[in-house]
Amino acid sequence: MALLTVTSPHIHQPGNTGGFMRQVIYATLPGLFMLTFFFGYGTLINLLLAIPVALGAEALMLKLRHKPVSFYLNDYSAVVTAVLLALAIPPTAPWWLTSLGTGFAVIVAKHLYGGLGMNPFNPAMVGYVLLLVSFPKEMTTWLPAAGLDNSTSIPDLTTSLRLTFTGAEADALSGATPLDTFKTYAGQPEALDASAILHGTFAGYGWEWVNIGFLLGGLYLLWRRIITWHIPAGMLLALFLLAGYFNTAVDADTYPGVMHHLLSGGTMLGAFFIATDPVSAATSNRGKIIFGFLIGVLTYVIRTWGGYPDAVAFSVLLMNLAAPTLDYYTQPRTYGHRKPNKGLAKPD
Amino acid sequence: MAAEEFKKIAVDGLWKNNPALVQVLGLCPLLAVSGTVVNALALGLATTGVLALSNLAVSLIRNATTEAIRLPTFVMIIAAFTTCIEFLMNAFTYELYLILGIFIPLIVTNCTVLGRADAFASKHPAPTALWDGLMMGLGFTLVLVALGALRELIGTGALFANMQLLFGEMARGWKLELIPDYRGFLIAILPPGAFMLLGVLLALKNIIDARMEAAAKARKGAPTAGSKRVRTTGNIS
Repeated sequence: MALLTVTSPHIHQPGNTGGFMRQVIYATLPGLFMLTFFFGYGTLINLLLAIPVALGAEALMLKLRHKPVSFYLNDYSAVVTAVLLALAIPPTAPWWLTSLGTGFAVIVAKHLYGGLGMNPFNPAMVGYVLLLVSFPKEMTTWLPAAGLDNSTSIPDLTTSLRLTFTGAEADALSGATPLDTFKTYAGQPEALDASAILHGTFAGYGWEWVNIGFLLGGLYLLWRRIITWHIPAGMLLALFLLAGYFNTAVDADTYPGVMHHLLSGGTMLGAFFIATDPVSAATSNRGKIIFGFLIGVLTYVIRTWGGYPDAVAFSVLLMNLAAPTLDYYTQPRTYGHRKPNKGLAKPD
Repeated sequence: MAAEEFKKIAVDGLWKNNPALVQVLGLCPLLAVSGTVVNALALGLATTGVLALSNLAVSLIRNATTEAIRLPTFVMIIAAFTTCIEFLMNAFTYELYLILGIFIPLIVTNCTVLGRADAFASKHPAPTALWDGLMMGLGFTLVLVALGALRELIGTGALFANMQLLFGEMARGWKLELIPDYRGFLIAILPPGAFMLLGVLLALKNIIDARMEAAAKARKGAPTAGSKRVRTTGNIS
């Protein structure tokens, strides 16, 4: 009997990989809209740049590896990688930054490890971390959120295009994110109070809506059963507990509150879209909860005591490394067996 | 002691049994100090010096050391030469000595050095052992410099920066700005870049070897059809 070995993502209901990946892309729309609303057309330009680069790199690698090109291109996994990376990098990113990150994500992080289903790390986050480590200045230049004070509005289309293709003016337009601002002024109550960006409706101005956008997209994915609740719940719970404890029990001026952590930076994008990558995350349900929880813990630790303002990408990559071990120790019991079949233990 | 044997030792050290690319030994300094050409060259030369001299010394006393005490003896000899090199660098290339820091004394623990002393020098006469030490050292230096050049070029867009640290004032102008207005690709200078580019070099060596093997096979000519086939069907009694 010939059995076909198929790698994850495994599908548990009618549909195919391409259909599921398309749902993920639709689910990013609210977040993308918020990013465009507050930070201008930069993210859209990033997207339009990253998608062809990802498809080109994917086609090239498939051809080199003698795989059916159109079969794999139609599964949209390269497009999802491109979309997630384009949403994560700043809207001021020059064209070469976007292209380099996307190319590295698809060629090195995905295909050198064996293509879709074989990559141990989330390709989009590998591309993101490569850029963050190599080009810290370009990767941390964000724009001030539109409407922060009366003079701030989003750059018009020509300015955004100039930023992307000539790289000029980024310094003149740049503004700190809520995470940057809190890190700078941590422990100084007057400066924290005076920073308008820290005082939006729920959390950091502008960023709260971006995160709510991704939260809505994530809820859509949950509703369509593209992802399960375990990983996002674990990650958000860990952030909630740690931020709540340090903010209320230790020092409110040094440790920002729960909402600041839940609705800043890449929290929601990470929780619902990145940590839930079916290939590189843990697969058993108990394993998923632990996986998500530890991502939340690492995110809090690196954000609070680390050198970088945001940490979702690092945390996801570190936990990707632990996913096989988590799966090993949380393997569920097979029906008809008394205990789970772990490693060399004799099944009964 | 034929010229043939010396040639074989040279080919082994530089290519076929290269300490960095084939034996994959001494990775700690290889990855740690190959950020620029000058660092790589300096550490490569220091390692070559220790390798050649310790091979020579081990070979000279090979009949006087017993099996039981050979390893401590070799380590003492290697440590002595490493100390000499360290003092020499301290005296003549002080800034480089500061930059390379702990990696100069760590030459003692480079497995290539002890490996050659035990596997080769203790079983061969002095001239052969000295030649083997030189060739192994050069092979190591070549890979180190290649990696240093790649990392420096990708990381900073220039080559041969700060060569005056090793060659004195006349080398100050040797720096080549190959890519003007380069922003610097930091990851190549950082440790992950060393791992990735060493992987690229290893792959490159394997590709070249495979090509050469295929070419050699093609030169020999394909076997004539049916000349050496074995019948595998039917009953075997």
